Amino acid sequence: MATTVVADDTGRAKPRLGDTIFSRLALAAGIIILVALAGVFIFLTIEGAPGLVKPASFYGSASTFAGYVAPLLFGTVLAAIIALVVAVPLSWGIALVVSHYAPKRVATPIAYVIDLLAAVPSVVFGLWGITVLAPKLSPVYQWLEEHAGWVPFFAGPASTTGRTILTAGLVLAIMIIPIITAISREVFSQTPRLHEEAALALGATRWEMLRLAVFPYARSGMVSAVMLGLGRALGETMAVAMVLSAGGGISFNLISNTNPASIASNIASNYREGTPGKIQVLIATGLVLFLVTFLVNFAARWVVTRNERKLAR
Amino acid sequence: MSVTTAPVRPSAESVSFTAARLPRFAPALVGVVAAAAAGLPVLLLGWGVVAWAIVAGLVFLVALPLWARVVEGSRGATDRLVTGLVWAACIVAIVPLVSLLYTVVDRGLPRISSTFLTYSMYRTSLDQEVGIYHALIGTLLITLFAALISVPIGVMAAIYLIEYGKGKRLARWITFLVDVMTGIPSIVAGLFAFALFILLFGPSTRVGIGGSVALSLLMIPIVVRSTEEMLRLVPSELREAAYALGVPKWRTIVKVVLPTALGGIVTGVTLSIARVVGETAPLLLIAGLTTRTNFNVFDGRMTTLPVLIYTQNANPGIAETAGGIRPGIEIAWGGALVLIVIVMVLNLAARIIGKIFAPKTGH
Repeated sequence: MATTVVADDTGRAKPRLGDTIFSRLALAAGIIILVALAGVFIFLTIEGAPGLVKPASFYGSASTFAGYVAPLLFGTVLAAIIALVVAVPLSWGIALVVSHYAPKRVATPIAYVIDLLAAVPSVVFGLWGITVLAPKLSPVYQWLEEHAGWVPFFAGPASTTGRTILTAGLVLAIMIIPIITAISREVFSQTPRLHEEAALALGATRWEMLRLAVFPYARSGMVSAVMLGLGRALGETMAVAMVLSAGGGISFNLISNTNPASIASNIASNYREGTPGKIQVLIATGLVLFLVTFLVNFAARWVVTRNERKLAR
Repeated sequence: MSVTTAPVRPSAESVSFTAARLPRFAPALVGVVAAAAAGLPVLLLGWGVVAWAIVAGLVFLVALPLWARVVEGSRGATDRLVTGLVWAACIVAIVPLVSLLYTVVDRGLPRISSTFLTYSMYRTSLDQEVGIYHALIGTLLITLFAALISVPIGVMAAIYLIEYGKGKRLARWITFLVDVMTGIPSIVAGLFAFALFILLFGPSTRVGIGGSVALSLLMIPIVVRSTEEMLRLVPSELREAAYALGVPKWRTIVKVVLPTALGGIVTGVTLSIARVVGETAPLLLIAGLTTRTNFNVFDGRMTTLPVLIYTQNANPGIAETAGGIRPGIEIAWGGALVLIVIVMVLNLAARIIGKIFAPKTGH
């Protein structure tokens, strides 16, 4: 009797060749991702490690790697903080408009426009920043120097080109607004409708409803949105490289030309004339940037997963 | 018959269940007044439209809450103030986008011509026309190869995560690292490709495929995330129906699951291409710069559009007439317009594909 038997003696289906191959392929793709991320770390370490201990001549005015990378790290963090200070309130505002304030037929186009902002390439932002924004801001900086010069941030002398760390920070802010907005919008609109209506029924104004029902629910999402925006601002290269005219060391003076570059923009503007030794130094700074952004993103994800677990309970 | 006194009814004025509110037209009225009030000093001092808008906005943000404070009390005032601030944030954020799009179109459009799109920067005599053809080809080929690398890996990894790896420790790690990978700075991806290629092929290697490797590092997480999302939406009844008919698991995935999720996957891939097509930093490092058109990603330098914009802006050359626009700046803006159009078309295509193939729910 010719019957095809799929099951063997134990009653379990025989593993089919196609299944084995396909599942192995899928597994391999997953492992490639792990390997790639490990590879980023390993190759940067291999090429960058010699850059940590070069003769002093490789580090410009500094004499050690730490002295070389510290001002760059400072510039990176300073530009990112300026960007966050500007972008976070704006993004939360837009997110609230889209999720709670605007009627649907206004909210949808606003959301589209913000998504459009996310699609603009960073090099175009840089070009716009240097040709449109910087000249517009230059008189503002001069005004700030005259009238607010006693604030250390605006001590001057004001840059005549407007290509300062503040301008770079503002361009970065525009670039990270879509990211922070997108995530905040999502968490705001996930607030249970009943919580909101309960608050309103108790006589809360709209703002009190947001404060009592929406913000407590969305808090961790808002935090992680900010962290992801920070990660993006730390790693952004071209906008800073094009807008900022860098020079000098650590300084909180935001409107003059004495600010250090960021790590990423320093790599982009110096790699070309780099000798192999100098490039190893640049790769080592890239490794520092990688670790910093990795930690920031790691922390952001940790906040999210912790909260997911809390909500699941 | 005694005269009954009518029960004392509270009059409508004395007790009210609603607090006093500003009339509905209050914001509009304050807006008009603020605009007019701001107009006076601006006209007197001769400031521009921008200053007028800022002053009018500030007057509005102060005046409406003050009025509300008098009529509605402090809670109403806070609410009005926050509403005003939230809308102001929205308007402030849209201004730079409008300015940017206007500038790019205004300065880029005059440069666009058939020569601009079909000539490279390589020229044998000084008066020869130049264009961005070489950069278009470079962008196209490098992005194409990046997609060829990252789409199979990304889709297969997502299949592993959804179909095979449920609940496994490895799958959790991959999900987590994909999330982290989303945040890798593009310059670090470029440095990785750079370090990899100079280690393999010597210190002065500049090659297009290196750019593809760097870009695929940025693309893979986006592809994985969107594919994962789409595979999750495929109803498990479909899978179970296929299993019940005796279809092997891999045939179920290829013939049932993937076709159902195809629209979403294509949308995700298109969006990821739109995301990396404007990347500059990694390509600046590893793909290099050339004036000639290079069709071979495995050999020689390759210019891409973003890198061209960056370098032309950095080294704009000398203007033909004194005070004129320098040629590099013109090319940069022309290139920026072309690049933005490419990115927008890709985004639009992604949305349309998403709409067309949206999973049909119910009948």
